[in-house]
Amino acid sequence: MVTSPPSVVVVTGVSRYLGARVAARLAADPRIERVVGLDPHDPPARLLGLLDGVERIRADARAATEAIAGLGAEAVVHLAVTSVPDAEHGGRAAMKEQNVIGTMQVLAAAQGAPGLRKLVVRSSTAAYGASFRDPAVFTEDTEPRAVPRGPFARDILDIEGYVRGFRRRRPEVAATVLRFAPMISSSAETSLTRYFAQPVVPTVLGRDARMQFVHVEDALEVLHRSVTEEHPGTFNVAGAGVLTLSQAVRRAGRIALPLPESALSTGAALLRNLGVEQIGLDQIDLFVHGRVVDTTRLIREFGFTPRGTETAFQEFIEAHVAGSSLTADRLAAAESAILDGVRRVRAAAEASLAGSDRP
Amino acid sequence: MSQDEFHDMLPGHAEFQLPTPPPPQRVNGRRPIPEKPAAEKPAAEEATPEKPTADAPAGEHAEERPTTAEHATSAEHATSAEAAESTETVTLAAEKPAPRVAPVKKVAAKRIPAKKAARARPETRPEQPEKPGSESAAGSGRAAGSQSAADSESADGREDAVDVWDRRVADGLAFLRRRLAGTYRVDEFGFDAELTDAVFHPMLRVLYRDWFRTEVFGVENVPSEGGGLVVGNHSGTIALDALMLTTALHDRHPQRRHLRLLGADLVFRVPGMSELARAAGATVACNPDAERLMTSGELVGVFPEGFKGIGKKFSERYKLQRFGRGGFVSAALRTGTPIVPVAIVGAEEIYPILADLKPLARLLGLPYFPVTPTFPWLGPLGMIPLPSKWMIRFCPPIPTAHLTEYADDPLVVYNLADQVRETIQATLHELLQKRPDPFAR
Repeated sequence: MVTSPPSVVVVTGVSRYLGARVAARLAADPRIERVVGLDPHDPPARLLGLLDGVERIRADARAATEAIAGLGAEAVVHLAVTSVPDAEHGGRAAMKEQNVIGTMQVLAAAQGAPGLRKLVVRSSTAAYGASFRDPAVFTEDTEPRAVPRGPFARDILDIEGYVRGFRRRRPEVAATVLRFAPMISSSAETSLTRYFAQPVVPTVLGRDARMQFVHVEDALEVLHRSVTEEHPGTFNVAGAGVLTLSQAVRRAGRIALPLPESALSTGAALLRNLGVEQIGLDQIDLFVHGRVVDTTRLIREFGFTPRGTETAFQEFIEAHVAGSSLTADRLAAAESAILDGVRRVRAAAEASLAGSDRP
Repeated sequence: MSQDEFHDMLPGHAEFQLPTPPPPQRVNGRRPIPEKPAAEKPAAEEATPEKPTADAPAGEHAEERPTTAEHATSAEHATSAEAAESTETVTLAAEKPAPRVAPVKKVAAKRIPAKKAARARPETRPEQPEKPGSESAAGSGRAAGSQSAADSESADGREDAVDVWDRRVADGLAFLRRRLAGTYRVDEFGFDAELTDAVFHPMLRVLYRDWFRTEVFGVENVPSEGGGLVVGNHSGTIALDALMLTTALHDRHPQRRHLRLLGADLVFRVPGMSELARAAGATVACNPDAERLMTSGELVGVFPEGFKGIGKKFSERYKLQRFGRGGFVSAALRTGTPIVPVAIVGAEEIYPILADLKPLARLLGLPYFPVTPTFPWLGPLGMIPLPSKWMIRFCPPIPTAHLTEYADDPLVVYNLADQVRETIQATLHELLQKRPDPFAR
């Protein structure tokens, strides 16, 4: 179902990479007249260039009411959902404030906006939780078996709960929930890309999680389509195919360092408390259980197939060759060196054999 | 309407038939007499009157080892006529499936690694007579005629052996490189076909062929393509029967199909084991996974008895336990996948459970803690399975495509589960009759 694109779009979370890219892309679409970015923080300098055609309102979600209703917004794209606490902006408390309370306020404002036609909310495949009894592949209808222990996953469950409530109260608004697999690209920087960029990558001993990634460009395309077209419902967004964690580490040419899960949790907590790196329980759960989703519904409804997990990861690897040690080229070189060595030894043995036979 | 009439009306019940019992067999003592035409192997019975009968008792049995038996006898006849140098070596060589490779590769590795590079045929020929001892070992396995024929044969064999070893080394290195570089494919369930074929199956094959001497019947009942649900009886303390079933299907099925097992969540809770299971193609036993596998045309293996089956006492052997809630049937019905019942005989004797230490099991979080004649007493040695004789029979598939709308009808599901259960139980009895001695050859 394709209807006319909305003329005024409000995008939240434009100070972050994804929000800025989406806003810029919507602003570049001639069918959309106004794009308003809503964010309590100023975007960093490298994103400012993107936001030329975007009107920015520097305020938190409490200002959403005036932005959405006052501007007569026809579509709201809610991207102010952070997966990792940001130490600069207040840590986990601020993250929860932004994710849960922020979503509540945005949805409350959207509920009161009479002209609203579309709501797009960024969610994550973390909504499926992590359990040993999970099916191998999640469809959109799979319910999490237990409340996950990761803070981000719990936030996601809350957010999706609010969207369900919103759908009930405003059934005429097309609400799209996009559950994204971890995003990856040559330039995007997330805690996961930082993780894979290390020379030695800690993994969980005895576990080899199945992972899926989605390329940032594909995520943008899906977000753009869900604003300009009409696709109500919940969709998994991920690249087809699966990489296991060990396989991904090997493809990236890194060295895996398997640690027992408890050691990994403790180490991550230590790093978190020292403020060095933010590896949360969400990520450890992901590395223990893995997460694979079914994207049939997305492909059927959007008519768009994101590039595969392997392709997306390959692009990431090519941009992060620095720090890799066990690359495919070096392995191939080692292989041919060994084969050459075998051949040389054999030739030498033949020569000596011929020499000893002659006299 | 009487209860019987009502029962007959139910779909899935009308077609139900108990498998016909096999025709009565003439037996010699406790061993069945083969009904093979006498012309084919009189020599076998003359030469060794007792041994081959055990190998090939009746019709389908013959498919297991007839080639080796015939090979042995023909070779024996040929050699005993002229050179009775060593009948033991001949039979020994003939027993092994690939008798030539082992001796030849030693010779080749020792002294002619260069021959392949040189490719000097005229030079290699004259050298041959120098090594008569090694020749006879290498050649006598198939030496039917003169010495010169054996010479030229074994010369080719050596050349081949060098090539074979070259190829093996190259293949091994390429495999290692692919593994280290991560350039293999894993499906969405974590199944790693390359690793399974290259590592798991060869290891299991040793158990399957040499330790358990498994015989497989009715593999043609397993569909060649498309989905299928293989339902078996479960026994043997640890789920070795599932692994042997996987190997049997991969080795004996013409399409070399992979069986995708559905495992208990305990398997996927344990670090290490969970990933081995996933890489070997298993997944958690739940309906979404089973249906997804079947709709994508995979062969799914399930053991509805679960822990009740593998944890039962030795005195309960070959008595099927309760079949759970029949979830496997509803999964098959929903996808219209044929159900192939399979009976596995032999797994009950590998670790006979004499007692179950329940408190210890509860302490360790296990479903049972077995006490076998060997297990806690001999420590790790007790983990070696007893070498019982295994037989696996695949029964004719039960089509379910016409019952798709009854997937949520508990009565139909229960009836069908019962039918599968009865079929397996009847086939178990039939196989047990074929195998009078659990540790027979």
